Amino acid sequence: MSAREEILSTIRRSLGVTGQEKPRLDTINERIASAPRGLTVARGQLPHAGQVALFKEQAEATLASVVDVDSYQDVPAAVADYLRQNNLPAQLRIGSDPRMAGLDWGKTAIELSHGPSDGHDLAGLNHAFAGVAETGTLVMTASADNPTTINFLPDHALVVVSAKDITGDYETMWSNLRAQYGKGQMPRVVNWVTGPSRSGDIEQVILLGAHGPRRVHIMVVKD
Amino acid sequence: MSAHPTTSRFIDNATEALADPQLQRAMTNVRSGFIDKRAAVAAKLPEFEALRDSARDIKNHALAHLDLYLERYEANVTASGGHVHWARTAEEARKIILGICHDVGAKTVTKGKSMISEEIALNAALDAANIVPVETDLGEYIIQLRDEAPSHIIAPAVHLNATQVESDFRRVHTHLDADRDLSEPVQLLTEARQVLRSKFLAADVGITGANFLVAETGSSIIVTNEGNGDLTQTLPKTHIVIASLEKIVPTLEDVSQILRVLARSATGQEMSVYTTFSTGPRRAADLDGPENYHVVILDNGRSSMLGTAFQDMLRCIRCGACMNHCPVYHAVGGHAYGWVYPGPMGAVLTPTLLGVDKAGHLPNASTFCGRCESVCPVRIPLPKMMRHWREAEFERHLSPATMRSGIKFWAFFAKRPALYRFATSLMMNVMGWMGRDKGRFSSLPLASGWTDYRDFPAPQGGTFQSRYEARRKSTPNNGRAA
Amino acid sequence: MRLVQDKSGSRAPRVGLFVTCLVDLMRPSIGFAALKLLEQAGCKVEVPSQTCCGQPGYNSGDRATARDLAEQVIRSFSHCDYVVAPSGSCAGMIKAHYPELFADDPNLAPKAQALAAKTHELISFLVDVMKVKSVDASFDGAVTYHDSCSGLRELKIKTQPRQLLGTVKGLTMVEMNESEVCCGFGGTFAVKYGEISNSIVEKKTGNITESGAPTLLAGDLGCLMNMSGKLAREGKAIEVRHVAEVLAGMTDDPPIGAPRVSAQS
Repeated sequence: MSAREEILSTIRRSLGVTGQEKPRLDTINERIASAPRGLTVARGQLPHAGQVALFKEQAEATLASVVDVDSYQDVPAAVADYLRQNNLPAQLRIGSDPRMAGLDWGKTAIELSHGPSDGHDLAGLNHAFAGVAETGTLVMTASADNPTTINFLPDHALVVVSAKDITGDYETMWSNLRAQYGKGQMPRVVNWVTGPSRSGDIEQVILLGAHGPRRVHIMVVKD
Repeated sequence: MSAHPTTSRFIDNATEALADPQLQRAMTNVRSGFIDKRAAVAAKLPEFEALRDSARDIKNHALAHLDLYLERYEANVTASGGHVHWARTAEEARKIILGICHDVGAKTVTKGKSMISEEIALNAALDAANIVPVETDLGEYIIQLRDEAPSHIIAPAVHLNATQVESDFRRVHTHLDADRDLSEPVQLLTEARQVLRSKFLAADVGITGANFLVAETGSSIIVTNEGNGDLTQTLPKTHIVIASLEKIVPTLEDVSQILRVLARSATGQEMSVYTTFSTGPRRAADLDGPENYHVVILDNGRSSMLGTAFQDMLRCIRCGACMNHCPVYHAVGGHAYGWVYPGPMGAVLTPTLLGVDKAGHLPNASTFCGRCESVCPVRIPLPKMMRHWREAEFERHLSPATMRSGIKFWAFFAKRPALYRFATSLMMNVMGWMGRDKGRFSSLPLASGWTDYRDFPAPQGGTFQSRYEARRKSTPNNGRAA
Repeated sequence: MRLVQDKSGSRAPRVGLFVTCLVDLMRPSIGFAALKLLEQAGCKVEVPSQTCCGQPGYNSGDRATARDLAEQVIRSFSHCDYVVAPSGSCAGMIKAHYPELFADDPNLAPKAQALAAKTHELISFLVDVMKVKSVDASFDGAVTYHDSCSGLRELKIKTQPRQLLGTVKGLTMVEMNESEVCCGFGGTFAVKYGEISNSIVEKKTGNITESGAPTLLAGDLGCLMNMSGKLAREGKAIEVRHVAEVLAGMTDDPPIGAPRVSAQS
């Protein structure tokens, strides 16, 4: 008997089932198909403007910095501001997200490097799939447009999130993700990012910049 | 380290721990840090208690249908281009992982924090196969330098002080300037970041655990604050997930419910910094991510816990709240427990995995104060499970003979009320008289465990029942005043 | 003492006082304090033949002994309207664990359930069931209160002792830090794992001392003996009593661990 068969049969014996019982199969199929939302947390159940405000407040509480940007056109300037304020060179690692690609980066002096990060970037920018107001969490989905390494290797992680993509809770975000990718389908990776990297492993003192980015700078685009 | 449990010498371990001033100082951080933070964050979420019920119910449902959800999970991993391997035992799991590493010619392996990898003693096996494992979680990295085991399931180096970490870094990072300043914890962090960055980039294989496995999508989830797990699983060509089979959760919504109580219970954060859902290797359109994605599903005794008095223990989501709140854990720290899992959850789980004959002390070293159960996010009745172990030991005559006979001696009298009243009245008069001058005893035969450290109050003399009976007989109205 | 009929004229509740083996053997005055408080509240109290609730055997894994002793308790007390114990630990044993002990016994399961349903710890019984609002007692000085684990976590006893202590004339209540943390008694744990137990009780006596109160109270004699024994070994003059003694105005007896007879000749 293979390990797989033995393990499954031990489980079935322990539970007192054969695994063929229709009611059990129906139960799991139904649960997976309908993916019941469970308990709704009141905190994020606000009119959308309230959700955007809550997102910003929660994100700042996790020590991310957050700025409002009126439109996508203003993103390059917002990035330039950040780099300047933090004494960073005018260089940025970026993917090929169409929302970023079409912008006028030329009017800033920023030198863009496209593609995944190789660990030598001080600053990188990705576009978030969503933001979740409940805990100020960014939702990043892996793709060629937004390579995962840009979320983790640069010292400074800049993220653009569109205000309209901010949801009150995680469950609404999952619905939106399923609408885009299809039921049961996922991008290679979904990263929930809630603030900059940190560790409490030395005497339980919280220190920022463990292995991931030391700073997370969120630009909320109102457009 | 973890291959050689010292659970049977728990009392000696505890003695050493109690005499260790560095450890005792470090443990005060647990009392003030984790406990207060959890309380504060729970108070901020009105739905927190209801979410604990929800998390418990989801896990119970998953366990009741574990076979079916495992099959569905496997199918979805495979459909996304990943490989699922099944391991009955720690040895099978090690073989599978070494096999994958060998196939891809791995020389170094980075590791995200994984208690399962401790349970199967993976690092020693990798070392023996000339593959270098590099722990990347800061706490795990520190204890790897010290050749120690983790002392807490989410804060592996909680037993250490910053000065100890500094001396280890100086001892090992000899390529750095000996005059550098490491007096501030943030300097230690920066140094670890630099040292490990190159290891992340050079690794051939990344091995992580999984906090959860989602059946609906075939996804594995890791939860970290550092980002080390993500660098571990994203940069190398091959990502191996090692997870025990009870980590299965049905849907993305279900896991989101549980995630709401995980970080809050563990560190007092509303959400950990990085919660990552991975589904298979890189797709054609991806520019980064591993080319190979393997999941090793480990049994190692869990399938036999189903349908027994210990099934509830399989709900555990490894948050560490129980040990954070345990007065015994505060006193002796995690290493005293002698193996991978310390504190109350370790007291319940370790006898299952190692045998109650070897790990019997753990469920006995508890006052049953119940604080663990009161904070467990999935409401595991931990004292009840520990009592089950005591019953198993009693039935198998593993409890000390003195204790068995002590209880039997007590029971002999207690089952005979008239004899009991006679004997106790006599004995308490004697003891009361013996202790009348001081009011207490500073030593008592058979009770040195008590009197080595504290006095034993003397009885008042007589017993309530004998005095009540005497009063009743001598007072009209049967002892009740008019 | 007033008449045992309550104000409404209906029959006074018949309370079986379960004194607990520790009170019976070590400090009978707690039993008499409980008796007084119950009678003052309008109960008709009796003391059925009793020995032990079975908890020592239960927690040591000896279910058979625990069941034998529990069965005895069920038989002795089932005729009472209520069973009241001056101990969260023993009341908790009956209330929270007797049903589980007999879950697979079709004969005793309903009896265990019935007994559990009417069993209470003393102070919570007075406040929650008998609706006692105040006690007629005085006590000069500050006290601090330890929340014993079983009472707190199994029976939710927290506010009730504080409520009644608040009505004692002359008494001030000072909360200690970590009042809800275990004192390290745990029954046989204190002897079997004495060194660890000592570490835990040391933290507790530290908190007690820091509170500044000269008197320590709690609702469980096991905890009180443990804390009193440690305080004495540390040479601290803090007096230790069961809360029932103070509420009943019966503090003439020496506190726990103090000499029975005055040392003066």
